Amino acid sequence: MIAATPLREVTLVLPMAADMELVASQAAAALASWIGMPSDRVDEVRMAVVEACINAFEHSRAAERKVDIRFLVWGNAEPERLEIRVHDRGVGFAPEAVERPRLEEKIRGERKRGWGLRIIQGLMDQVEIQSGAEGTTVVMSKSR
Amino acid sequence: MTETLKLTIDRRDGVAVIYTEGYINNQGGEEIARAAYGLLDEGYKQLLLNLTGTKIINSIGISILIEIIEKMLEIEGKLAFCALTPTIEKTFHIMGLAQYAAIFADETTAVSGLRSDP
Repeated sequence: MIAATPLREVTLVLPMAADMELVASQAAAALASWIGMPSDRVDEVRMAVVEACINAFEHSRAAERKVDIRFLVWGNAEPERLEIRVHDRGVGFAPEAVERPRLEEKIRGERKRGWGLRIIQGLMDQVEIQSGAEGTTVVMSKSR
Repeated sequence: MTETLKLTIDRRDGVAVIYTEGYINNQGGEEIARAAYGLLDEGYKQLLLNLTGTKIINSIGISILIEIIEKMLEIEGKLAFCALTPTIEKTFHIMGLAQYAAIFADETTAVSGLRSDP
């Protein structure tokens, strides 16, 4: 049974500015390593965090150009899972309306982008998107 | 904090190898595209992207790589990748890139693979 309070909690507030996603990715990598994740899984977390930040930077249309990121380490006596919550105060979107990107269409089409969520879902164990008038939170987690 | 991508190009017999060092984001992707299109103008139709020096890439950078793949399909050329980190390789597979651009473990295998499949 997993404890109801995290073993560790780290909060970052990032400006929506060029390459700030790398700051989040470094924090994610440090925590993922700390809980004992092997390096390949650490890299997967880093990349997922980069994508979640970029999505917020590019699509949130948040007046306050900041992203809040919470890193939560869960487990009993030993750390077992890293949860990352990337939150923007933007206009929100309907996750169910986002079409799954298909490369054969992207290659021939004008718009090559739109891969962020697909990549996050492919790299993390669990992904949930909470979105509404208060903004969007991408909640993603990975066990060690 | 700005990450710049460094590129090195090695022109070989019919195959041009682009080595990347650093983060492939939008600017990095654009730099790769400029280099790739320059090589196409020089007559190279087989390009290899050696990502040994790249540990992280984002989806905007990858979408620019997709533009290069589209261009290679148009001119019946070939683009291949080698020396990817496991995470970058996994990401390319998630996106289906391996259907359109071969992925090789190392440069030697990649160059011979490109040459044997003109």
